[in-house]
Amino acid sequence: MKARQKGKISEICGGTNLQGRMMGLGLYPGREITKLSHFALKGPVAVKVGRGVVALGHGVAAKIIVETE
Amino acid sequence: MIKKVFLLGNPNVGKSVVFSRLTGVQVISSNYPGTTVEVLKGFMSYGQERIEVVDLPGTYSLEPSSKAEEAAVELLKSQADDAVVISVVDATNLERNLYLTLQVIEAGMRVIVCLNMCDDAVHRGVHIDAGHLEQLLGVPVVSACAITGAGIKMLISRLAESKSVSLPPLSHAARWQKIGSIIEQVQQLEHRHHTLREVLEDASLRPFPGTLIAAGVIFISFKIVRTIGEFLIANVFDPLFMRYYQPLLERLSRILGEDSFIHHVLIGDFIAGSIDFKQSLGVLTTAPYIELAMVLPYIISFYLVLSILEDVGFLPRLAMLLDNLMHRLGLHGFAIIPVLLGFGCNVPGILATRILESRRERFIAATLISIGIPCVPLQAMIFSLLGGLSGYYVAGVYLVLFSLWLILGVVLNRLLKGYSPEFLLEIPPYRIPPLGALVAKLFFRIKHFLIEAAPVVLAGVLLVNLLMYLKIFDFITGLTAPLIQGLFGLPKEAVIALVVGFFRKDVAAGMLLPLALNAKQLFIASVLLSISFPCIATFAILLKELGFRSLLKATFIMVATGLITGTLLNLTIIR
Repeated sequence: MKARQKGKISEICGGTNLQGRMMGLGLYPGREITKLSHFALKGPVAVKVGRGVVALGHGVAAKIIVETE
Repeated sequence: MIKKVFLLGNPNVGKSVVFSRLTGVQVISSNYPGTTVEVLKGFMSYGQERIEVVDLPGTYSLEPSSKAEEAAVELLKSQADDAVVISVVDATNLERNLYLTLQVIEAGMRVIVCLNMCDDAVHRGVHIDAGHLEQLLGVPVVSACAITGAGIKMLISRLAESKSVSLPPLSHAARWQKIGSIIEQVQQLEHRHHTLREVLEDASLRPFPGTLIAAGVIFISFKIVRTIGEFLIANVFDPLFMRYYQPLLERLSRILGEDSFIHHVLIGDFIAGSIDFKQSLGVLTTAPYIELAMVLPYIISFYLVLSILEDVGFLPRLAMLLDNLMHRLGLHGFAIIPVLLGFGCNVPGILATRILESRRERFIAATLISIGIPCVPLQAMIFSLLGGLSGYYVAGVYLVLFSLWLILGVVLNRLLKGYSPEFLLEIPPYRIPPLGALVAKLFFRIKHFLIEAAPVVLAGVLLVNLLMYLKIFDFITGLTAPLIQGLFGLPKEAVIALVVGFFRKDVAAGMLLPLALNAKQLFIASVLLSISFPCIATFAILLKELGFRSLLKATFIMVATGLITGTLLNLTIIR
């Protein structure tokens, strides 16, 4: 997924704990998100969810499978 | 009947501001998630009665993921029917906030919703129909702007209308679906062009301008702290002491007579025939001078700059930029916030490590803070000790500390079992801090510092004064002379400063002044003071937060680091 690209979350591969936390932040399958930026060397990724912005560590971001248009 | 009120909401929605408004208790609030890590309690008058108000740490859901969140949820679940939950909601991000609101409603609690930050929402073109939202949720909804106080009266007057609605618990997905339909009905977005604020918000999250912006902000912040601090010393505090306080003391000194015991305690020794505020070591001379004229100016300037950075919302962006680096230390980006707070005073810094999830992380962060992060009082003294010689020495101290901090972090990360958790942080929008709130926060912090520090400084100076009078230090210095002289290349009396450092670092650094150290010795002593034993307040908080065993471990690491670094510096620096 590139910067400024929109997409729909299709799956979050992770335990219930991670899924629960993502839920609370508004990241769940079916949600539309926009990627804002990412940092090199497995750095964090910034994602726009609804009206908020969430920063995700590389490991977390890798677990979110997104369908792009 | 209402006996208790809980403030519950996502992190960074302004719960603490609402709390302050309701109870009149001043608490710190900042524009990043996790400012409140402790459960705060206060009282508000409600009709004829006083009811307890509890400010809970922010949480995204009732399934907690950090220690602060756990505290919130546990307390909430233990409550009976006479408790009301005020669900504080950020109107600029209603959708995400409603998730928790729905969860509390489903849990069967008495709820009233406080729709906070309404003014900011309107600013950003978000319009919310509070009446309609009330219908859909089935509980009262009050629009408010806690920072100006608008809507708070209404919130109090409608408290009695709060109710519990019977709602079957939904699955996560169904809950989000419901929220989606609620949002569609109550929220209208005005289409706007990107404002400058939004462009900046975006830019500071990108690697390219973001890193530059961060470097610039940090550099300018340091400059401002120093400039304001020095200005205050030269133009306000020093003149006050020299012009008005010194003549008073001189008169007192003549009355007491130079050789009496009381003179020794209150005024101290004369240096070159007169009172020397830095070196006399009297309870009325050196103690207030260190506290008010050397440290307080930097406390003021540091917390001014920190408060602005906090309230604007810059810190979470910094956390994101530094995430990569922090991962090498077994932490993640968010840990930079406790570290920054630690630069003010280690105690709030270590308290703030509660926002981190695992014990391992908290141990690493707390240890790194107490070793590698010098507090403002110590920094102020290092400036005045070494700043006169050359700016390079001051920079050198920071460089050594920073390298130590990195090395220790990497080593701890390798040695300790466990994993580094992932970074997951909400980035708040930039906000322009209201001046009133900023000033109130600054005063709160300064007051706190004076109340905490002043008695300890007085006691510390008094203790040193008495021990010197009784010549007890000679015994200690003799005992540790081989260590101090042999390993660190310092005069044997420097051990006094290291011992005093256990009480107050600033007083300790002041003890170095009469020793007439050369530049190299001052440099080594400054570094040693920063990394050796933390002050007694930090020690107490480490014990409370980490427990006895971890404290022992941390202490061992500190002593070892101190010994190694001191010796290495002594061997490697030529002059």
